[in-house]
Amino acid sequence: MADRSPRRGERRGMDTLIFRTMAPYLTALMMLFSVFVLLRGHNQPGGGFIGGLIAASALAILGIANGVSAVRRALWFDPIAIAAAGLAMAALAGLLSLFADVPFMTALWAFPHILGTEVALSTPLMFDIGVYLVVTGAITTIALALEEREDD
Amino acid sequence: MAASGIPLEALQTSFALAPVPAVHWLVIAPPVWCMLVGAILIMARKRMGLQSWLAIPALGLLALMDAGLLVAVIREGPITMVMGRWLPPFGIAFTVDLTGALFNLAAGVAALGGGVAALGDIDRTRRAYGFFPFLFLMVGGVSGAFLTGDLFNLYVWFEVLLISSFGLIVLGSEREQLDGATKYAILNLIGTTLFLIAVGILYAMFGTLNMADIAAKAPTLAPSAPMMTLGLVFVAAFSMKAAAFPVNFWLPASYHTPRIVVAGLFAGLLTKVGVYALIRVMVMMFPEEGNAYSMLIGAVAIATMLTGALGALAQADIRRMLGYMVISGIGIMLTGVSLGAQTAISGVIFYGLHSMIVMLALYLAAGVAGRMGGSFSLHDLAGLYAKSPLLSAMTLCLFLSVSGLPPFSGFWPKAMLVKAAFDFGAWWQGTALLVSGLLTTIAAARAFALGWWRMPATGAVDPMRMQASEWVPLLALTLVSLAIGLYPEPLLALTLSAANGVLDPSAYLHSVFPAGVPTP
Repeated sequence: MADRSPRRGERRGMDTLIFRTMAPYLTALMMLFSVFVLLRGHNQPGGGFIGGLIAASALAILGIANGVSAVRRALWFDPIAIAAAGLAMAALAGLLSLFADVPFMTALWAFPHILGTEVALSTPLMFDIGVYLVVTGAITTIALALEEREDD
Repeated sequence: MAASGIPLEALQTSFALAPVPAVHWLVIAPPVWCMLVGAILIMARKRMGLQSWLAIPALGLLALMDAGLLVAVIREGPITMVMGRWLPPFGIAFTVDLTGALFNLAAGVAALGGGVAALGDIDRTRRAYGFFPFLFLMVGGVSGAFLTGDLFNLYVWFEVLLISSFGLIVLGSEREQLDGATKYAILNLIGTTLFLIAVGILYAMFGTLNMADIAAKAPTLAPSAPMMTLGLVFVAAFSMKAAAFPVNFWLPASYHTPRIVVAGLFAGLLTKVGVYALIRVMVMMFPEEGNAYSMLIGAVAIATMLTGALGALAQADIRRMLGYMVISGIGIMLTGVSLGAQTAISGVIFYGLHSMIVMLALYLAAGVAGRMGGSFSLHDLAGLYAKSPLLSAMTLCLFLSVSGLPPFSGFWPKAMLVKAAFDFGAWWQGTALLVSGLLTTIAAARAFALGWWRMPATGAVDPMRMQASEWVPLLALTLVSLAIGLYPEPLLALTLSAANGVLDPSAYLHSVFPAGVPTP
């Protein structure tokens, strides 16, 4: 009987054609949706934490379908470095209030007009993006480590 | 506005706050700085050369910030900063009084010492697995715990320091380490879960988590609420964290397994957080309940002290012996908590500061001894005096200090506690303090006689040199201990007024609620 296990260097992941073909689209869609959930989070259900979870599950799906190395290539940065960047961003969002003579983490708002649309930018948004990155990075690190174990 | 039921004046006060003086930022600076540097170090974790160049100056700056904060608190009294300008009791407040600032400074100094020692002790692999990021996150958790004025926030900082300490304790993933880490992790998680349960009960009773608010409301709620139960859950949770007698077996089972710097930092920093939380909750917030449990805490303290000292006497591994000495020190501090008078609390704070510095230094000395002697066992260690007289001199100083003998820093807090015990009429506690001091002296002398003085059976010994990363932090910490021992006056005055601030928290309350505590 022929050995059907993938050889070293070969594509790794769940070996079904439909899943493998659909996974990148699904991942792209979920990433987009995670950003949408993140941005609507200030006044409505959503936010950085849940957006990050959606993004992490998108990457986990890609990992299951196309293998961990494909995810790592697609991410460009090490997931734990993404989490660290989020932590730094959240801390800096709090520190911005130092320049406005208000206590740590006090919300600061700016409403610039970009392409004729008023865009509400704020330090809570920056903090939330930091949370998003921390959750995405940390959960992806865990998920990739668990998926990788089967390959080794 | 009227529909929401909030009076307009209240809204106006919350919007018309005076600008925050720059010096008040020192309240929040240490934990934020640690988180920020920790994050940068994680991002740069492939750049091995950069790690130590970033970490050591950052730790130095942290110690400077901590010192600046202490100076600011001495000048102004307790300082409060409320996150996001949500006025207390709703916003999370960071409130620093003298007790918190003193502990925080000692933690910063210990972290700097440990960081410098880590340059030699932590090898490339362990650095690649993130020693410095974990160190920063843990120190951030410790200083956050010392500085926060919100009980749930205190729990969060407990978790931060605990999770980072899990990372530090398994660095290297040796078999023995995983065994120690499992015991450490499970028992500490049970402790923090108990703490969380207590916080939940407290929130149900008080409807607030702000420490100043709780302290102000406790007397009015006491007749109608199960305060004694609540107090007992807190005592149990913090005793577990502090490694008090019946729930301390995780400490000797785990502290000898990680690298020596990690063990030293744990011994110096982590158990003290438990003692600090016990002071904050049972002495400042619930003094009535703390008094009611003073016999219980006193009995636990004696058991902790004596089992610690006897355990130290029975060990052959110097690292395990030091672990038991940490426990004995916790018993000494708990004695002061149970006595509750001003001199006693002041002695506890003083002892905590001394213990942070001296326990770290002792672990570092043990690490050097282990490297020079090739073993941590007193059966094999010999002739260290001939190998390095400098190491021996510093170790002797530290052993005398931990035993509570003059002229080192351990003497004064112990003298204060013994005096407080006899003044209070608690002769049994005073006697126990003296007996445990004697036992610790014997244990330390035994270790010194066997490991340092005894000549090895083979006879000749070649002198060995200490590396700079070994002698610099060791000498600095020993000198700190000696300096405190020789000139204790300023620190005595500070700890006395710190104890005053805990026993009579009116200045603390005023700092959080300048317009008076709101009545429900």
